[in-house]
Amino acid sequence: MSDHDHIYSTKFQDKIEQKTLLMFVLTAIAVAVGGIVEIVPLFYLPNTGLASADGSFNNTSHKDLQGNAIPMDKIVWNPATSVHKTLEDWVPGDGVRPYKPLELAGRYVYIREGCFLCHSQMIRPFRDEKDRYGHYSIAEESMYDHTYQWGSKRTGPDLARLAGKYSDEWHRKHLKYPRDVVPESVMPNFFFLDKNPIDTVKLTKTMEVMTKMPFNPVPANIYTPEYIAGAAAQVEGKTEMDAVIAFLQSLGNQVKFEEGVNYRD
Amino acid sequence: MEATNATPVKYDMDVVRWFTIMAAVYAVVGTLVGVYVASELAFPFLNFDIPEITFGRLRPLHTNAVIFAFGGCVLMATGFYIVQRTGATKLWSNTMAWFTFWGWNLIIVLAVITLPLGLSQGKEYAELPWWVDIMIAVVWLSYGLNYIMTIGIRKTSHIYVSNWFTMGMIVMITYLHVVNSMAIPVDWATSYSIYTGVQDAMIQWWWGHNAVGFYLTGGFLGIMYYFIPKQSGRPVFSYRLSVLHFWTLTFGYVWLGAHHLQYTALPDWTGSLGAAISLAMIIPSWGGAMNGMMTLSGAWDKLRTDYILRFLVTAMAFYAMSTFDGPVMAIKSVNALSHYTDWTVGHVHAGALGWMSMISFGAIYHMTKKLWNTEMYSDKLVNIHFWVALIGAVTYIVAMWVSGIMQGLMWRDYDEFGTLTYTFVESVSAMHPYYVMRAVGGAIFNLGTWIMLFNVVMTVRQANAASGVNAVAAKA
Repeated sequence: MSDHDHIYSTKFQDKIEQKTLLMFVLTAIAVAVGGIVEIVPLFYLPNTGLASADGSFNNTSHKDLQGNAIPMDKIVWNPATSVHKTLEDWVPGDGVRPYKPLELAGRYVYIREGCFLCHSQMIRPFRDEKDRYGHYSIAEESMYDHTYQWGSKRTGPDLARLAGKYSDEWHRKHLKYPRDVVPESVMPNFFFLDKNPIDTVKLTKTMEVMTKMPFNPVPANIYTPEYIAGAAAQVEGKTEMDAVIAFLQSLGNQVKFEEGVNYRD
Repeated sequence: MEATNATPVKYDMDVVRWFTIMAAVYAVVGTLVGVYVASELAFPFLNFDIPEITFGRLRPLHTNAVIFAFGGCVLMATGFYIVQRTGATKLWSNTMAWFTFWGWNLIIVLAVITLPLGLSQGKEYAELPWWVDIMIAVVWLSYGLNYIMTIGIRKTSHIYVSNWFTMGMIVMITYLHVVNSMAIPVDWATSYSIYTGVQDAMIQWWWGHNAVGFYLTGGFLGIMYYFIPKQSGRPVFSYRLSVLHFWTLTFGYVWLGAHHLQYTALPDWTGSLGAAISLAMIIPSWGGAMNGMMTLSGAWDKLRTDYILRFLVTAMAFYAMSTFDGPVMAIKSVNALSHYTDWTVGHVHAGALGWMSMISFGAIYHMTKKLWNTEMYSDKLVNIHFWVALIGAVTYIVAMWVSGIMQGLMWRDYDEFGTLTYTFVESVSAMHPYYVMRAVGGAIFNLGTWIMLFNVVMTVRQANAASGVNAVAAKA
């Protein structure tokens, strides 16, 4: 036996190295396992913010301080059971809701301008983050975020609970020329948003798309056909600046958190 | 390497030549945009109130240009080069390889147009609009099919180790791209992911980390396993280690994405699992790095005279460093500090500038000499490029490590009264000197790529003049 024929690993490995198809198939299996193990369970386990047909969010259970289950319709707004029946009647604390038309238009601008590259929307359960940004984020709070916006970098501060922190007027000034308000800021000037009207055709189609999503679609009793049809009129005369501000003012005040309750069990 | 049949093979190398040249061009372009966006963070006036060049729109252009334009052309050049030479065969389809070339470059042009216009799907490293995603899938599959079929028609008995890694990359990137890009279009410019929140985050980082793990590591390990032995004239240090390296990395790397989501709303077990496997990945990564470095045993003296080898070996040092840095950052208590800070940016660039770019530069120089059958126009410039690249990379990485750790510490600091010591904006202004330093480091690194482009172009011109035919232009 010449040295060339000597097998230095195993017979099986040697066989794999000689058969293109075998190596292809084994590689295709090897690279698939990790993703399947980590991703697939997130589509059926509780506490992943995924709406299930029975309304139980895959048996998600948040418990209050007495150990009683907090009904899911206190976490995620459900017009069927809530006293507030429409998006216009909804008030902060009613639970996570889909975006109103103006906010949805603002969310489009937020993504287009790449805001997520410098601002996270995901507060971690640490003392300093609580003091700086507020209660840690829970899965349900981003359940309507098709293309999640958690971000990966805080060149600027986290925005997950920005709602109500500053006035609309502050936001307008700050977005236009950030350094007029915060001299040390490195954010670009977004003054041009004030000149751009909202693309209502895109907005209407976006709302339709949101109701057709395979995962966490906006329920048809919230984005009713009439509501979608009226969206363009709702944002009439508004600019992209108004839209972004409305979006920012909608972030993080939707769930009423009870002190001491661990919402991430 | 295997014994081959005696008749010399006429390889399809024109397409490889063009991929090599474009890689050198995109190295300049990608890092130049990087320097610009880095400068915008140091000096915000550089946004110039022009929407198309604001940080939020240009940063995706930088990442797409370096990953897909530069990295992609390097992978395709080296891939087609290695698969032919190690299999002693022509490409399965030269025509399809040219389709891949023009398709890939068209996608790059479309990225240059659409990203500054603000067409973004809002996913990092997957910003391109939905119809470009479809084009990427088609062109990528043309590359993959051609590559795997060329392995299939090889004249050698065994598949060479470089091709294992590249095959793994081709399969994995196909999975990642298809699953992560699932979206419903609103119109030609806009689409939204079908996933939300937790599921979208996990899929995004499964994509994000494995774009690094397979595209920027697996594919480039294929480069290492071919070009280090070739350039040093020494066989791979350990075949058995390479078998171990391949299977553990291929199986294990896929799990790491979850470590990007520690302490988020992602269930705890997923992040912890990602972190545990991340730590385990030190073993194959370092095994691989040692395998590359020890290939030089008995030939270390060549580093004094062979500047191309310097690039290749320095890359292995950075590979070892980044694959230590990464698992450390995946540990939950470290991640609590490092996440959301510039430390992540520093880590990525230790890999991108130190490992991926260095090994690419080495491969580009090596291939330029072989493909045009000539010596470099200037070996001295190769050496200068090496030092410029090294100084630039280290400056960049150090700046980001320092600023990242400082940011993390400032954010969590409390004074004696139990209140936060620093406002957020105080951390922003404290970063300024490091952002300047980062931009300078990046600019130095970018200078190196200009030197390489000049040297490569002059080498090609010199070779063409000597042979009397313009080999490249004749084919184009």
